[in-house]
Amino acid sequence: MNRPQAAHLSDGRLHLQHGPIDLVIEAFGVALEVETAYAQAFARFDDVLATLVGELPVLRRPVGAAHPLLQGPVAWRMARAVWPHRAIYITPMAAVAGAVADEILAAMIAGRALDKAYVNNGGDIAFHLAPGHELRAGIFVDALDGVAHLHHASPVRGIATSGWGGRSFSRGIADAVTVLARDAAAADAAATIVANAVDADHPLIVRQAANSLDPDSDLGALPVTVAVGTLPAAVVDTALERGAAEARRLQRAGLIEAAALSLQGRWRVEGTGALAQAEAG
Amino acid sequence: MSDDIGLSEAERSAGIVRCDACPVLCRIRPGRPGACDRYANENGTLVRVDPLVLLARPDLPKVAFIEGSNTWAGELGKGEGAPFTEPFVTGIGATTTYPDYKPAPFIVSSKHDGVDMVTVVTEGIFSYCGVKVKIDTDRYLGPEQATVRVKGEAVGHVTTAEYGSQMLSLGGVHHLTGGSKKEGVVTCEALLALCAKEAVELVIDGGSTVTVQADRPPIVNGTLEERMRVGCGSAAIGMFAPQWKDHVDEVIVVDDHITGVLSEHQGGAFLDMKPAGIRVRGRRSTPGRYFQVAEPGLGWGGTDVSDPLEIIDRIDPKTAWPGLKLLMVSTTGEHSAWFELDGDLKPRPAPMPAPVRKVVERIAENCEPALCTVLFMAGAGGSLRAGVTENPVRLTRSVRDALTRVTLGGVPAFIWPGGGITLMVDVSKMPEKSFGYVPTPALVAPIEFTLRADDYAALGGYASCAVSLEDVLRSTKVRLDK
Repeated sequence: MNRPQAAHLSDGRLHLQHGPIDLVIEAFGVALEVETAYAQAFARFDDVLATLVGELPVLRRPVGAAHPLLQGPVAWRMARAVWPHRAIYITPMAAVAGAVADEILAAMIAGRALDKAYVNNGGDIAFHLAPGHELRAGIFVDALDGVAHLHHASPVRGIATSGWGGRSFSRGIADAVTVLARDAAAADAAATIVANAVDADHPLIVRQAANSLDPDSDLGALPVTVAVGTLPAAVVDTALERGAAEARRLQRAGLIEAAALSLQGRWRVEGTGALAQAEAG
Repeated sequence: MSDDIGLSEAERSAGIVRCDACPVLCRIRPGRPGACDRYANENGTLVRVDPLVLLARPDLPKVAFIEGSNTWAGELGKGEGAPFTEPFVTGIGATTTYPDYKPAPFIVSSKHDGVDMVTVVTEGIFSYCGVKVKIDTDRYLGPEQATVRVKGEAVGHVTTAEYGSQMLSLGGVHHLTGGSKKEGVVTCEALLALCAKEAVELVIDGGSTVTVQADRPPIVNGTLEERMRVGCGSAAIGMFAPQWKDHVDEVIVVDDHITGVLSEHQGGAFLDMKPAGIRVRGRRSTPGRYFQVAEPGLGWGGTDVSDPLEIIDRIDPKTAWPGLKLLMVSTTGEHSAWFELDGDLKPRPAPMPAPVRKVVERIAENCEPALCTVLFMAGAGGSLRAGVTENPVRLTRSVRDALTRVTLGGVPAFIWPGGGITLMVDVSKMPEKSFGYVPTPALVAPIEFTLRADDYAALGGYASCAVSLEDVLRSTKVRLDK
């Protein structure tokens, strides 16, 4: 069985990989601080997957009236992120990528003096900003489609993207929903919820039971999107509006800062000015 | 795979496999990847999605190194003539499909004929890249410089006509990143499909719709173009004049470029043929050779003519005679007709004599199969070279001086003279699934630099990072292409 792997990419970024977890990590600051931060990140990474796997049966069950009983710190982050959404079907797995990013970021910045740092877990990103520093994150759907400006003063410390074409299944038809929230786990859970809400009934939307594709899916026999044909503009707009309404609801509840929704070339942006659509090409 | 993390009988019969590459222990249905997208269930077997691709001569015992060799053996018969007497690690699969990073390349040391060699294996991200397409056809595809479109987006242009072929230039940095986002994405998709030897439908402004697929005949406006013309109309006269001489009074070979008229042509004059007095349209170049007898099109010989008599301007009553036997034929032999002049010197269709039919068939026989050929063209820029050596210009010089051999997926590349490393390679010779893309958009292609170990050290290479071929084979799943 493969062990956790660490490698420096040619541009100096740190790449940590174990099973399905791929982290691209970058820290900014004086060299010794950066090196120490990378060492802390790898040290923390070592048992993350093994610990998560130990609690997988609980993590794959929908959250109900009782807060799930969990031991590991990443599992705990996952449960905390999905707990506010328990009125609708959601399992802690909806926040797994963001929670891993948050956990590694927290470990790597502890005791370190860094200008900024980020942990990118396949598009779900946790980041740290010292006063006066900022980050720009691009949103790619077809090309560079949007930009998020992230400042120290903003409460946003996590970005996540969900959509039907990604590695995880989606019940909706959004090409991409990108959410900014207080941490990556919260953003990850909310992006899943909003992407599920971008939906419509149309014969060109093909769905299949999740467990017919992946016997281990946390979505069981729920239908998930496997193909979306080119939809009429009115259907696209209706679907986007459903998602946008969900995003506004989450924003009012204080769970997210902003969301950008895209479907077949059309966009909606809800929330603060941090998110902007890239200039039309 | 071990059996102690068992699958139920139902799961087994559903073709599910258990992946034990990491603690998640995914159960994977047939045709699906695991949670990591690195391993997949291919017909009941757990496979790596992005194996390194290895080229070797089929008779080599080295195959024994390879994990699960019977799974991977013999996907292709490529690499013919490739000078590999040892397994050769290609850049295919050297990196994962992630868009935002490139792992350090493999640097493989091996011995060839007793000389220590190093192959630096990587996958390059090429923003400056495209394909040059040669389409063997005389049919009119469109005017030079016309825009070539896919799904309505400009992806390239029509460039020069070559002998029996039309050239297209597709892709390039201006279409990939200089236009709209959609233009870039569609261009990238089209290039990727062409490089993967898939068919792509191209629509030419003011011209035809042509379906292009590497190593396959073109389809022009829905018609499969099976063969190239044997030559221009004049060349056809020159080739077949002696075989016609005893059976005809006149032959007109209809061609969009140069239409040939036998009795006026040097070939006919040499055989003492009598002038027939049939004058074709167009501009006379030299005796028996006419330009522009009709507009370009999809009819006879790449003209817009469907009735060949349309190109006859007049028949001179002082020279022609009743009963004169006329063959009209296109430069591919696909179109042909036999006429005899009546009492009013009007051409009347008549059954073609067998000996003439035989020569028409011979024209067709002498036409080569028409193909589309696709050459990938790209420039290896600074950052890619920096993955090979700390002093990138020395790599360029070393390639220039032919000390370093450049291959893409094991196929030797043609390197343009002049500055930089600008290369061209025939995609049809490359192994399957050689190309990928990143959302920039830009194409990802394997590239390997092979040179002597001492030369590599001299140009500032990362010699200390070199690993032995055996280590690569032991530690990495590979796919074997022969």
